[in-house]
Amino acid sequence: MHAYANPTRFLAIAKPLTPWLLGAGLLLVLGGAFAGLTMVPGDYKQGETARILYVHVPSAWLGMGGWTSLAVAGLVQLVWRHPLSGIAARAIAVPGMLFTALCLATGSIWGRPTWGTWWEWDGRMTSMLVLLFLYAGFIALTSGDDGQRQGGSLSRGAAIYALVGAINIPIINRSVVWWNSLHQGPSITLTGSSIDGALLWPLGLTVLGFSLLFGAIVLMRMRRIIADNRVAARLRRLADEED
Amino acid sequence: MKPKHQRLILAAVALAGIGGAGVLAASALRDEAAYFRTPIEVQGGKAEVGEAMRLGGMVAKGSIARQADGLTIRFVATDGKASVPVEYKGIVPDLFGEESGMVADGRMRADGVFVADRILAKHDERYMPPQMGEMPKNMKAPAGV
Repeated sequence: MHAYANPTRFLAIAKPLTPWLLGAGLLLVLGGAFAGLTMVPGDYKQGETARILYVHVPSAWLGMGGWTSLAVAGLVQLVWRHPLSGIAARAIAVPGMLFTALCLATGSIWGRPTWGTWWEWDGRMTSMLVLLFLYAGFIALTSGDDGQRQGGSLSRGAAIYALVGAINIPIINRSVVWWNSLHQGPSITLTGSSIDGALLWPLGLTVLGFSLLFGAIVLMRMRRIIADNRVAARLRRLADEED
Repeated sequence: MKPKHQRLILAAVALAGIGGAGVLAASALRDEAAYFRTPIEVQGGKAEVGEAMRLGGMVAKGSIARQADGLTIRFVATDGKASVPVEYKGIVPDLFGEESGMVADGRMRADGVFVADRILAKHDERYMPPQMGEMPKNMKAPAGV
């Protein structure tokens, strides 16, 4: 693990990996979207509106998965002080927030025809909105701070914030089980899926595809942060030599 | 002990503490955070007459009756254990129907009828192609509310 904490080694892997993730992700998302929109039947009750799940479910997964990895990065930062984990957390925050927003937006668009409302303060929706605000808070905490100029590591406060925020993830996941909610219960559980196989397979494609795209975005953002840090370090050295 | 181990233990203890606090808070919110009450809770005395609340349940089979004015509907909301009659004046969502979930905003009237101001349809977690939706009930997975 320490070996990959070295930015040079990381770049040697990240650079060739990025185009592959990007290409495979785009192919899978486009294929899954095409299949989901044209090849599979609509739902027996909801009809065509059910097709939004091919975007909604991957967005929810990445919004929550994003914060989970952000919290792991925060823990690694706190305990092992690897600057690369801070860089990863910074890189994850923006796409994580984006997918959370996408999840809320697609859910709202689906909710209007299905439930008869754009928004209700039920457990699932409220906890997902809290996740969006958590991301916003993390981005505010970590943009323009000292760490950004000094190798990318997180401040202790930001790392703790990432860890504390992780509490919300099991709450989102369990909200439809613990509390009566307007949102339906989990369709896909460890024991199986209540989404019929005929409707399920494009979802596998888009979940995998969006995940690969997410990975590509994170790697690109990490490379950009590392490049920025190197430029800043070089400028500092030049300024020192002139003195 | 190396400082990094100290930090790991500290982080683990803090995480356990935060996790415990979260679980406690969530379980304390168990009733308050519920989006709606079920018919069995309403019958169990958890609903004051006139108190604003939400009632959620399945629309009982064959219970939807349109009243003479053409606008008011009556139906029975059930959770399998208890049922509550509901009266609503207005337009219901497309997915509202018998043997499917609904959530109603409103209040209990003294005669035991729940008067709704608004009705939302609640979808369940099952998704399937249309031809399967027409299969006999006993061939499908059990319905959840």
